[in-house]
Amino acid sequence: MRILVVEDDVQAAHYLIEGLRQSGHVADHVGDGEQGIEVARDGLHDMLIIDRLLPGLDGLAVVETLRREGIATPVLILSALGDVDDKVDGLRAGGDDYLPKPYVFAELLARVESLARRKTPTETKTRLVVGPLEMDLLSRRVRRARREIILQPREFRLLEYLMKNAGRVVTRTMLLEKLWDYHFDPQTNVIDVHISRLRAKIDRGFDEPLLHTIRGAGYLLRAPATKW
Amino acid sequence: MMLRLAKTSTFRLTSFYMAAFALSVSLILLYIYVNTVVLFERQVEAGIDAEVASLVESYDQGGLAGLVETIRRRGGYSSDNFYLLTDFFGHRIAGNLNGLPVKALGRRGWLEFPYLVATANGFDRRQIRAFRIPLDRGFSLLVGRDVQTRRDFGHLIKRTQFSAIVLVIVFGLGGGLLMSRNFLKRINTISRTIHRIMAGDLSGRVPVGGSGGELDRLAGDLNRMLARIERLMTGMKEISSNIAHDLKTPLTRLRARVETALGKGDSATWRKALKHTLEEADRILHIFDALLLIDRAQFGGLKDNVCDIDVGVLVNELRDLFAPLVEDAGGALNCRVERGLGLRANRQLLAQALTNLLDNALKYGVASSCPPVIEIAAHRHNDTVVISVADRGPGIAASQREHVLKRFVRLTPGRSKPGNGLGLSLVKAVAACHGGSLRLIDNNPGLRVELVLALNKIGR
Repeated sequence: MRILVVEDDVQAAHYLIEGLRQSGHVADHVGDGEQGIEVARDGLHDMLIIDRLLPGLDGLAVVETLRREGIATPVLILSALGDVDDKVDGLRAGGDDYLPKPYVFAELLARVESLARRKTPTETKTRLVVGPLEMDLLSRRVRRARREIILQPREFRLLEYLMKNAGRVVTRTMLLEKLWDYHFDPQTNVIDVHISRLRAKIDRGFDEPLLHTIRGAGYLLRAPATKW
Repeated sequence: MMLRLAKTSTFRLTSFYMAAFALSVSLILLYIYVNTVVLFERQVEAGIDAEVASLVESYDQGGLAGLVETIRRRGGYSSDNFYLLTDFFGHRIAGNLNGLPVKALGRRGWLEFPYLVATANGFDRRQIRAFRIPLDRGFSLLVGRDVQTRRDFGHLIKRTQFSAIVLVIVFGLGGGLLMSRNFLKRINTISRTIHRIMAGDLSGRVPVGGSGGELDRLAGDLNRMLARIERLMTGMKEISSNIAHDLKTPLTRLRARVETALGKGDSATWRKALKHTLEEADRILHIFDALLLIDRAQFGGLKDNVCDIDVGVLVNELRDLFAPLVEDAGGALNCRVERGLGLRANRQLLAQALTNLLDNALKYGVASSCPPVIEIAAHRHNDTVVISVADRGPGIAASQREHVLKRFVRLTPGRSKPGNGLGLSLVKAVAACHGGSLRLIDNNPGLRVELVLALNKIGR
């Protein structure tokens, strides 16, 4: 993926770009909003990461300008303002996701990759398959290797989200946002417990685990054959 | 000093009123003067007219001799009435005036002239108003009246006007200065107190007199404001020393760990130290975030993003989120919600507040022997919705309940459990910014925390 980073803090930009390159992406950097708009207009980038507090043109104004011009490149807004209300402002301005600073790089990467997937709209599937795991979205049934797995409604939605993001890391805060629409950090291991229950249902009794914990980042659902 | 007095608003006000008063006194006196003079003049003229008419009549009937006779009869030297009959050359034929004044030569109709009257010590100068009418054969008749009284009255009015203005100015200035001095004295006391406070002594108070006047009211308000500022300052000091303590402790720990790790040579130690450093940094950042959020909630900056909330839905979501956690600890999370309870609130904040309460119940609401039993409930009470989170743990002593709502207050000895002591402060701030309140109640056993918020009927 080619990613444009609009960030005035050189050190922060360097940290971000280095991380993105190490994860196999191509990253470019501009230091202010006007340049950001100019470069984004060329349409060379698959994603924009925009800092909210920029000198001159503010990050939200950049996003608004781009959206008005019909440029639909996915935008992740970064901001030192981490309040719920600030998040809502950022999403209203046309951002696709919002991450408060300071962030864990794994969290950012997970969100970037999740956004990239959203960009290519897949036709509405009625069946999800990850390796031996199958989910029928109409009859709401889940099977692994032909064995029926009974899930609670919340567990079903959790698994659905993980399967749609199969092969990509999903963080705890992403799950809390997607499944509960809670945009704060509860500072407890609530999500871990939900995951371990789900894991008990889909992985127990099988040789190869499907649901993995990625330390310091989140969770990953993947088919056994694919290499991480 | 005089200059400062003259600059006071009291003095300016008095001066203004003084000028207005002087002006109105002058106007009244002028009005009286003009009216009186006009009346007097009319009377004089009417008298003279009547006199002239009767004299002309007597001339017509009795000729020159008759007229001379009438004049002699009427005009004694002591009379206020003056008569003068002159011939063609202006020579006196009869009357109590010695001769025609220079001003009256060749003139007819109304005229005024001065006239000297002999008195015991010299002459008295008086004013005469007269009417001169020509008769036939060059004779002419002048009839006049002494109008010196009118002049005297005019002078009296002028003198009164002058002295009134002088008096008004003297008393006005004096009173103004006196009042301003009193006022200035009070203001000076207040300003001295304020200077002392600005210099750092927050305990200073403005003296309040007993009269209950507007200055006393001002002084009272100032004192109340000072008391509030002092309370806030004390609070601020408390908070900053708490922050200093709560951030210094992890920062010191962090520093010590880094230092120790640097002293050793192997990368495994470094890795471990870096990991701890990261965790500690995250903890510190979280404290900052919580503090900022509390401040924003307290200063009412969360009026946006308020929506209609079905309490039942919210509570079920939270039950859903927390139930596995409680069940894993071997306990139970019970839920008891009345139907149809609605609220207008910031959903994120409210959820965060309730999450904090549930988290607290799990962490601190557990008796050592038995598994946690937590109940989250919501019911309607008059026009409010009461959302409560209750546990069966050790509870909080009644004397501590107020204290525990303060920032950074943690009751667990030795700070053995993770947490920053800001959870309940945030809940309280969230309740306050929604116009609600927070209550800590004995659950017998355990603690029940009640969030009381204004009811909003669903569907409205």
